[in-house]
Amino acid sequence: MARFDIYVTYKKGIFDPPGATAERALQNLGYAEVSSVKIGKFIQLEVADGTGVERVAEMCGKLLANPVIEDYRIEPVGEA
Amino acid sequence: MRFGVVIFPGSNCEQDVIHAARYLGYEAEYIWHGDTDLSGFDAIVLPGGFSYGDYIRCGAVARFSPVMAEVVRFAETGGPVMGICNGFQILAEAHLLPGALLRNVGLKFICHAQPLRVEESACQWLDLPGGTVLDIPVNHNEGNYICDADTLERLKGNGQIVLRYCEADGSVLPDSAPNGALDSIAGICNERGNVFGLMPHPERMVDPLCSGTAGVPFFTSIVKRLAEV
Repeated sequence: MARFDIYVTYKKGIFDPPGATAERALQNLGYAEVSSVKIGKFIQLEVADGTGVERVAEMCGKLLANPVIEDYRIEPVGEA
Repeated sequence: MRFGVVIFPGSNCEQDVIHAARYLGYEAEYIWHGDTDLSGFDAIVLPGGFSYGDYIRCGAVARFSPVMAEVVRFAETGGPVMGICNGFQILAEAHLLPGALLRNVGLKFICHAQPLRVEESACQWLDLPGGTVLDIPVNHNEGNYICDADTLERLKGNGQIVLRYCEADGSVLPDSAPNGALDSIAGICNERGNVFGLMPHPERMVDPLCSGTAGVPFFTSIVKRLAEV
């Protein structure tokens, strides 16, 4: 079994309401140094040995991320 | 005239759509998401709800239901398809309509009567004159429409913006959209005008006994048009 970690985030310029809310909340708590919070998704994928990153990218493009609004980053993490 | 209303696991407005169509004197039948035969239907409606629990993204899983390949084929051959609320999200995920629907600004699920301005558009599903103001309920958590700048220009240039959130007098102010939608967009169509997606729920405004009749043209316009073709 091989494992991939996938990070899905909004593309630059796409407004992220939960991120903006967390940003304001942190500032309200006194963390004045916070200038930006972006909230995305973290996906752990377990696949058969030998599965290539291109195959995982295909899964991301089709289902796990929406390329219209989201970017994704795939990190192979070896054996599950 | 026969409407087909697709039921995905988690749809919850399909009965309202069926009732609206039948109340207006048309035939309407359910289509299960696993079905792949749309023969005999003149128009397809994807109803509102929470298909597949809205997991991953609203509409992201429903888009791959067996029936959707047929809905895409039906739409590509000019068949009329309307997606309401979650149906709109599914159409966007299926790339039958451009852009995407994000979480509402303010993070609140919104549910209220909403004034909408009808725009001059190519939409086959609505033949009301531009500037008409309709009061129709919105009921959603992810209605914050977004697309890139080029797409927005194309939508404007091609007359693909069908409905905008507005004030009671029809004016569109920067904060008229209750969900933060780009350019106050509440509904768009494809270039051809046969595929239409909107966040508000016209099917709830057909029977005067329960609400009003502002939603009637969303059913009668397409019937009139199909009769002409």
